[in-house]
Amino acid sequence: MEKFTTLTAIAAPLLRINIDTDAIIPSREMKRVSRDGLSEGLFAGWRYQSPGSREENPDFILNREPYRRARILLSGINFGCGSSREHAVWALHEWGIRAVIAPSFGAIFQGNCVRNGVVPVALDNALVESLAQQVEADPENNQVTVDLVQCLVIAPDRNQHGFSVPKADREMLLEGLDSIAVTLKRDAAILAFRERDRVRRPWIYLPTNL
Amino acid sequence: MGRTIIDKLWDEHTVADLGDDLSLLFIDRIFLHERTGSVALKGLEAAGRKVRNPEQVFCTMDHIVDTTPGRSDDTRMPGGREFITSTRASARAAGITLFDLGDDRQGIVHVVSPEQGIALPGVTLVCPDSHTCTLGGLGALAWGIGSTEGEHALATKTLAVRKPQRMRIRFEGQLAPRVYAKDLILHLISRFGASGGAGYAIEFAGSAIRALPVEARLTLCNMAVEFGAWTGIVAPDDLTFEYVRGRPFAPRPDQWDQALAHWRTLPSDPDAQFDRELEVDCSQLAPQITWGTSPQHGGSIDGLVPDPAAETDANRRQSAERALHYMGLTPGTRLAGLPIGAAFIGSCTNSRLSDLREAATVLRGRHVATGVRAICVPGSSLVKKAAEAEGLDQVFRDAGFEWRESGCSMCFYAGGESFGLEERVVTSTNRNFENRQGPRTRSHLASPATVAASAIAGALADVRKLPPA
Repeated sequence: MEKFTTLTAIAAPLLRINIDTDAIIPSREMKRVSRDGLSEGLFAGWRYQSPGSREENPDFILNREPYRRARILLSGINFGCGSSREHAVWALHEWGIRAVIAPSFGAIFQGNCVRNGVVPVALDNALVESLAQQVEADPENNQVTVDLVQCLVIAPDRNQHGFSVPKADREMLLEGLDSIAVTLKRDAAILAFRERDRVRRPWIYLPTNL
Repeated sequence: MGRTIIDKLWDEHTVADLGDDLSLLFIDRIFLHERTGSVALKGLEAAGRKVRNPEQVFCTMDHIVDTTPGRSDDTRMPGGREFITSTRASARAAGITLFDLGDDRQGIVHVVSPEQGIALPGVTLVCPDSHTCTLGGLGALAWGIGSTEGEHALATKTLAVRKPQRMRIRFEGQLAPRVYAKDLILHLISRFGASGGAGYAIEFAGSAIRALPVEARLTLCNMAVEFGAWTGIVAPDDLTFEYVRGRPFAPRPDQWDQALAHWRTLPSDPDAQFDRELEVDCSQLAPQITWGTSPQHGGSIDGLVPDPAAETDANRRQSAERALHYMGLTPGTRLAGLPIGAAFIGSCTNSRLSDLREAATVLRGRHVATGVRAICVPGSSLVKKAAEAEGLDQVFRDAGFEWRESGCSMCFYAGGESFGLEERVVTSTNRNFENRQGPRTRSHLASPATVAASAIAGALADVRKLPPA
């Protein structure tokens, strides 16, 4: 997985609440059994003029300069709620987004982010709105920094805002770890648990498939 | 100090404490479907990893399968066939149990899982599908994950999970006739918001919950994720145990007493401490309907489209304004009486036999209004068979409903079938998001009985005020 340490980039304010993963990547845009090729469908319902078309809606923020080059997204509460589809994160990542700053996130989406090199940064709504105002004044120059090493967001006005990321999530992002390999370091404990549990709850253990 | 049911299941499944509130939890059972499971299985294959204990892993075809009679691997969605064939090949290679097209056990994952006794009280169960929380209705600790986490669970039989806060919501009072679990959960979400449960695992308790049949508890827990919760759960009781007994993957007769004794220890201790407690009086609750594009945009069927101007929070006001614009609604309009173009009964929320029976009590001797397209999609092939055995299919057909094969069908638009542009649809599903059921489709969430009553009226309708058949 791609590592994330620190990023200073153009931030795009999309300050709506409850943006769901159906909006981030509509089901109709998940066309193949693949993690790739999803960026074209990112926010398709808002980004294009009409359903199924690829004619850009010039009003949508990610279609406007310099936001077309945004690497950070600013949004409202409960960003990424709804469907578990990891395709939402894959689409954001492929499009270029590496961090989302919002007051809160859908739980599954948040977990999917840290497994794909995208940092979910939770900041108070007032701070997100303040960042958005500063960015909108001069989006090209008023860039936002997400520093995962120090767990700080640095606003265009140079004010620093701490954020908290669970330790394991931070390590996974900083080191680009393969979480399966990390867990399998404890494989002896897992197998021992299974053997104890098999005695305690035998009904859980189904006959082996042929 | 006593423990909640969530604490008990957490402790019982903890392989290792990883610090920082993170636990390595043992995962008893895993379910996959062709939409998100296929990519997880492929990822695992690409990494050269194997499924650990494939006998505990199940897979069904539900999300994009064609639900019209005489179906094949071809889908309405362009390119959907690849999802089906890829899933089938991967499932066979991995040695997991597949409920394929043509198998009676095929159906919507969260309908099949309880039906087959795969979800049980006290198990940990995950699926790369957000509505996995449905299975909390049986007293399982079940939650939705992404595909990458799915690979992790498949390869290691564990997941590293941050322990959520614990909330208990007591629903007290007796539900009025024609008010259902769906109305309870829609009411809860409209009152406390679509992120009202964020950060919590929620035990649903209280007299109204104890009185709910098991299938209704599944409906209730299904929408815990729509409340922002990590999951929902109902403590298992005698109703649960009766429901589970004898199902194909449930404990064998010689294991039953041991399992039962264990399950009886799971309910929260009387002195268990929750991080948050809410109580909801449901004795006066009316059938619910949503009017917007988030499950939190809802209210009573006898109410009015609200005025966003009355919303004090600026973000919620803007969200409501956007929603009304999308839905083509004006503040102050009566919800009952809004003309509809279509009605849909199905989905992991409300497609079980009890749901179809309730809808049938409304439809019997009546007919859907002229110009309304009405569709019923049973939740599993076995639900469909059982419904046909008691003649429900005929009730639906006589009333003018299409009677389909099982699958997720038109709960969401995958690029194939959809409702019309700006068409108003009343639906027994769980999500009224923008474009969810079709480009610019306007979805109103409700119980199957309300959907049926609305189909007959040709407009959103109060099922308590049905005209005589």
